Amino acid sequence: MADKILNKIYVKVWRQNNPTSKGKFETYSLENISQGNSFLEMMDILNDQLIQAGKDPVAFDHDCREGICGSCSLYINGHAHGPDTMVTTCQLHMRKFNEGQTITIEPWRVGAFPVIKDVMVDRTAFEKIQQAGGFISVNTGGVPDGNTLPISQDDAEEAMDAAACIGCGACAATCKNSSAMLFLAAKVSQFAKLPQGQVEAKRRAKSMYAKMDELGFGGCSNTGACELACPKSISISHIARLNREYLKAKISD
Amino acid sequence: MSNFLSGSIGRKVFMSLTGLFLISFITIHLTLNLFLIFDDSGLMFNHAAHFMATNPMIKIMEPLLALGFIIHIVWAGWITLDNIRARPQGYASGDNLLKWWAPSKNMFILGSMILVFLVLHLFNFWVKMKFTGDPLLSKATGEAGEMDNAYALVSNLFINFPLYDLIYIIGGILVGLHMSHGFWSAFQTIGLNNAQWTSRLKFLANLLGILFAVGFSAIPIYFLLKF
Amino acid sequence: MTTLNSKIPEGPISEKWSNHKAEIKVVSPANKRKLEVIVIGTGLAGASAAASLSELGYNVKAFCYQDSPRRAHSIAAQGGINAAKNYQNDNDSVYRLFYDTIKGGDYRSREANVHRLAEVSPNIIDQCVAQGVPFAREYGGLLSNRSFGGVLVSRTFYARGQTGQQLLLGAYSALNRQIAEGGVKMYTRHEMIDLVTIEGKARGIIARDLVTGEIKRFGAHAVVIASGGYGNVFFLSTNAMGSNASASWVCYKKGAFFANPCYAQIHPTCIPVHGSQQSKLTLMSESLRNDGRVWAPKNLEDAEKLRKGIIGPNDISDDDRDFYLERRYPSYGNLVPRDVASRAAKERCDAGFGVNSEGKAVYLDFKYAIERLGKGTIEKRYGNLFQMYEKITDTDPYKEPMQIYPAIHYTMGGTWVDYNLMTTIPGLYAIGEANFSDHGANRLGASALMQGLADGYFVLPYTIGDYLAGEIMVPKIDTNKPEFIEAEKAVITRLNTLFNIKGKTPVDHFHKKLGQIMWDYVGMARNAEGLTHAIKEIQALRAEFYTDLLVPGELKNVNPELEKAGRVADFIELGELFARDALNRNESCGGHFREESSTDEGEAKRDDENFAYVAAWEFKGVDTEPALHKEALTFETIHLTQRSYK
Repeated sequence: MADKILNKIYVKVWRQNNPTSKGKFETYSLENISQGNSFLEMMDILNDQLIQAGKDPVAFDHDCREGICGSCSLYINGHAHGPDTMVTTCQLHMRKFNEGQTITIEPWRVGAFPVIKDVMVDRTAFEKIQQAGGFISVNTGGVPDGNTLPISQDDAEEAMDAAACIGCGACAATCKNSSAMLFLAAKVSQFAKLPQGQVEAKRRAKSMYAKMDELGFGGCSNTGACELACPKSISISHIARLNREYLKAKISD
Repeated sequence: MSNFLSGSIGRKVFMSLTGLFLISFITIHLTLNLFLIFDDSGLMFNHAAHFMATNPMIKIMEPLLALGFIIHIVWAGWITLDNIRARPQGYASGDNLLKWWAPSKNMFILGSMILVFLVLHLFNFWVKMKFTGDPLLSKATGEAGEMDNAYALVSNLFINFPLYDLIYIIGGILVGLHMSHGFWSAFQTIGLNNAQWTSRLKFLANLLGILFAVGFSAIPIYFLLKF
Repeated sequence: MTTLNSKIPEGPISEKWSNHKAEIKVVSPANKRKLEVIVIGTGLAGASAAASLSELGYNVKAFCYQDSPRRAHSIAAQGGINAAKNYQNDNDSVYRLFYDTIKGGDYRSREANVHRLAEVSPNIIDQCVAQGVPFAREYGGLLSNRSFGGVLVSRTFYARGQTGQQLLLGAYSALNRQIAEGGVKMYTRHEMIDLVTIEGKARGIIARDLVTGEIKRFGAHAVVIASGGYGNVFFLSTNAMGSNASASWVCYKKGAFFANPCYAQIHPTCIPVHGSQQSKLTLMSESLRNDGRVWAPKNLEDAEKLRKGIIGPNDISDDDRDFYLERRYPSYGNLVPRDVASRAAKERCDAGFGVNSEGKAVYLDFKYAIERLGKGTIEKRYGNLFQMYEKITDTDPYKEPMQIYPAIHYTMGGTWVDYNLMTTIPGLYAIGEANFSDHGANRLGASALMQGLADGYFVLPYTIGDYLAGEIMVPKIDTNKPEFIEAEKAVITRLNTLFNIKGKTPVDHFHKKLGQIMWDYVGMARNAEGLTHAIKEIQALRAEFYTDLLVPGELKNVNPELEKAGRVADFIELGELFARDALNRNESCGGHFREESSTDEGEAKRDDENFAYVAAWEFKGVDTEPALHKEALTFETIHLTQRSYK
């Protein structure tokens, strides 16, 4: 696992001091970056360099650094989460980049995700969609035994496929319409595949979807870009199920 | 139901239903057009054109078709405008995930180009046949009766104006591309899709796209080569 | 001086919890509406507590430093959650789970708490299923189980390798429902930086809005700390970058005792360190030890060649492989508890059998499982873990064994709590990893999720009522009281201090140095000399920190460096207490291994005569030695024996 060293790379990154200020790109050069480093470790090195030079480091969201919390959210060289498949930014490694390359880093460009600072965006809109119905209304306690309702393995697996969503926003960031349909579909579809989710299926589909529209996300053009960008490879067939759930709910209105 | 009509899924449902309707129309259209190739006398084509112009069922369908087109076009504009608004600032590094020419990314552009083509196409034939008339239409059809000689109108254009051949070939390809996404997308939008069917529908859509592109282009190419 | 009263209920172990529930006070629905509770952290414990309290009718204010409650680090737990369901008919029971947990914790946890944990464990599974958590299922549609380390039954429920994620999303969905209904006011991107006490009771917090930099006051009738553990004191750990101990630490400084800080769990199966710029370590789930076999080469020459990259692991024949866990612990084999597996790996590497270039890795091999079950089955069970491994290391674990090495993963120690989960400050509670009570000196796999959710769903909502019943006459807490103003002032002064040092060194450098000291002297093997040395080094580091720290940016804006500075300042102090506790505990137990106290075979040797107690430390000032309080551990049900997994 001897990793190659990149002698020099250039990082062109979006700098914006606060939500209202006008941002611009700045380009920095970095030396001796091991290809075994993760992308965010490269960002750490860049920030260390900036701080020591008396400059403001680049603010970016990150936390677990193992691809599951969904915090990291960089748009790199025309790809949400960068030029690798099925990864979050924190799982992207420098071996995907070449000597002397200029790496362009931008925040998610989604109208419903305003920039907070630099490449850090505000994804509260996703929270609001979840709060609009991304739950099964049961209180703690008083629920039946876990084995009361058998669920076929296929259904459980498909529900799990959808439930794997980490809420990073890469789907909306990569969608040409900034649509949150895959994010929304993941939740609606997870519950649609489970008997527990049936009880309030109609209410859920309608209200979560209405919230998404209200928040200014675009519509779905079925380009399929979202499933390619999704670090968890959530399939757009869940969007079809969402559409079906929604139409079913609307027809019975 | 008002939010259904204005919501992003609701609007897309209109797009897909009108789209599927237009696909069924265009399938009939292509089938009839292919008579141009199979019968040099033009009789078959003229019969077909005559049938289309006089059949009462078609008469009923004509305004519906117009309505389908209008909804499909107006809704497309409405949706696209909203979708553009959803991203006030674009990416400097662009989108390197999907190819720039991917039909799914360019449905509005493809559709707009098809619209331009459609207007031209209507002026080439439909306006003449329906309203203004043209000397070629009254050329003898070789058969008794008062049928318009639509074949003469078409063949004249394709034989004598190579630029139109090119335009019609491009038009055919545009329709094919538009459909290669539109067909499966319509099913996805109305929820008639799942993990297994995505690839099947996409295959059908591509097949349909190719058939339409080849079918429509074949006509001008045929006239170019043959005459 | 506060004396420790653990408030363990009377009666036989299996009746303590029911008796206690029958005796504690309950708040009427009308009064619940008048009471406010602050919950810090939105992981499994925090989210489940906030949601459950709100369902009961309390007004909850929940805080997390992330941009969404869903990002709390519980999300990263992989393997599963234990519950005494006995769905497998393998003679599991509440008692067996209780016994396994006490034994796994090397007899350093509180019996009553652990039994309660085992009792409520089945309810957790039912709750999660009702929330729509997609647990793995058998073909017949019933819930599936897997085995975990340190036990002989199959009681671990799982959702692929993402169990923590699914359980957290379940709790998060319950929380979202309450947010939508108005019972919970959610404050994301807010960090608690001080606790406010009025007349000795916890009455609120001071928090910094991480977006605007604004310092805000929040009042409540009770405060619940659910902010997780302090593993990041080691810098390199499996914790998230932002995981920190500051909420617990400010409570410690305000009078909450901190218990057993030296009990940290070192997880045996992490991806080894790859270079000096590494920012964190990635765990490979313990569930992998169900099907993977751990080995190191038998011959030193082979190890040497592996380190130099002359040969690969597949060039070594089965006869030349030392399956050292199976050799040393035939009855548990690869499924020995984490502390045992970690020490065994270290022993092999220290003896020169390490296999990566640094000599700090052993193999976890799936070749045998793939031969036995087929690649498809392995992919279904661990696909996402294998993918994660490949993305990080660029090697394919289906073809070549994984390289693994122990890393800091979880901290069993934490804020001292009584049976009600209340700290030594009235009205201040600590739940989940933030408290110390259930795991003793070592936590069993798949028990952290169980404890977090048990505390949040089924314990705290009951026990907090006992305290709040006495607070119903207290009006809404006025945050303009002098205590709040004073606390706010202190916070601002502290932030200004950090910000105005204007030295030359960014905060990460201090954090890395601290981590290195901790790992070298307070890591997997500890001794008196090293620990004394570590305390001195940490003190020196603290002095350096306050003269040479460089915090860039602005106070009133997003400033991750300022956030880190505050956290690292606390970690430095905590590191010292950690080492002090390790020095005090001159015995080996669970994750705490004192070289002075080991058997001839190198196994840990407990000293029940002198150390069967919880060490609870009381803050006496940053430069003053803390005071040690001992809570004696009495075992009424289980007899103490030297742990054996042979």
